[in-house]
Amino acid sequence: MRRVAIVVFPGSNCDVDTLDAARAAGSDAYFVWHRETALKQADVVILPGGFSYGDYLRSGAIARFSPIMTAVTAHAREGGAVLGICNGFQTLCEAGLLPGALMRNARLRFLSRPVWVRVESTDTPFTSLYDQGDVLEIPIAHGDGRYVALPGVAAELEAQGQVVWRYVRDNPNGSTNDIAGICNADRNVVGLMPHPERRIAALLGGSDGARVFQSMEAHNATQHAVDVRAVGDRHLRV
Amino acid sequence: MTAYRVEVRVMPRAALLDPQGQAVQHALHALGFNDVKQVRVGKHLVLDVEAKSGEDAVARTRIMCDRLLANPVTEDFEVAVRTS
Repeated sequence: MRRVAIVVFPGSNCDVDTLDAARAAGSDAYFVWHRETALKQADVVILPGGFSYGDYLRSGAIARFSPIMTAVTAHAREGGAVLGICNGFQTLCEAGLLPGALMRNARLRFLSRPVWVRVESTDTPFTSLYDQGDVLEIPIAHGDGRYVALPGVAAELEAQGQVVWRYVRDNPNGSTNDIAGICNADRNVVGLMPHPERRIAALLGGSDGARVFQSMEAHNATQHAVDVRAVGDRHLRV
Repeated sequence: MTAYRVEVRVMPRAALLDPQGQAVQHALHALGFNDVKQVRVGKHLVLDVEAKSGEDAVARTRIMCDRLLANPVTEDFEVAVRTS
């Protein structure tokens, strides 16, 4: 059972769904308020969807300076798994934990509907239980989902296999190279615009997103340095 | 220390699609302003900054732009100062 910290910002609105999805996958999931400074020995951190700080200035631009983000950054730098969903993805980009940025949808409309994405990489803590090439139906709900990066960065992402999900059938927001989700060079920080937590059961219209959370639970716990954890004056390998 | 009014103009990078600017341009064309060849929409921020000099106020504001007010991936910014 992995400890999964779900960070709640003022304006987060997918935090409860994300908690439910992580618990359904068997995780010991709990909320961490953005003003806290400790992740309480989390194995995995999830930044959920929503509209932190009303998307003022830029989506995720203010959340990125919340007190908890210091601990999230340290966790990521130590190799700990981090997932950003929608507003969480925007926040990870603003924080510099993922390359690029999310801009206004090309056709300007806020889009809330299912899309289809293809799993392009299974070599991340959140996609290991998928098969490469799996096509998933997962909803989006965003106004700022157009992924852009500095010249050369998108090519680098492609060359290094850091595109994790790609829109297929149609590109809803004008995203560069149809990118729906990416990971960092170390592959432990992952962000995506679609909402896998909204597709974890037939009752919700499908379960294509469930394996994101099951992958995180199944992920080899000894893989990352962060799993050697100091408890009291001892180091425990968990 | 003197109060300086610092104005920051943040614009989307020229190379990037600006759908908001395009929508405004289309609306202007619909109103008959066919002489408009391009519109880009950015942000204008007005800050009152306490500083030793105008140069100091600009320098501080540039750091604020780098850290928060502009996203270096998608936006360019300009800073101008007025003594208030």
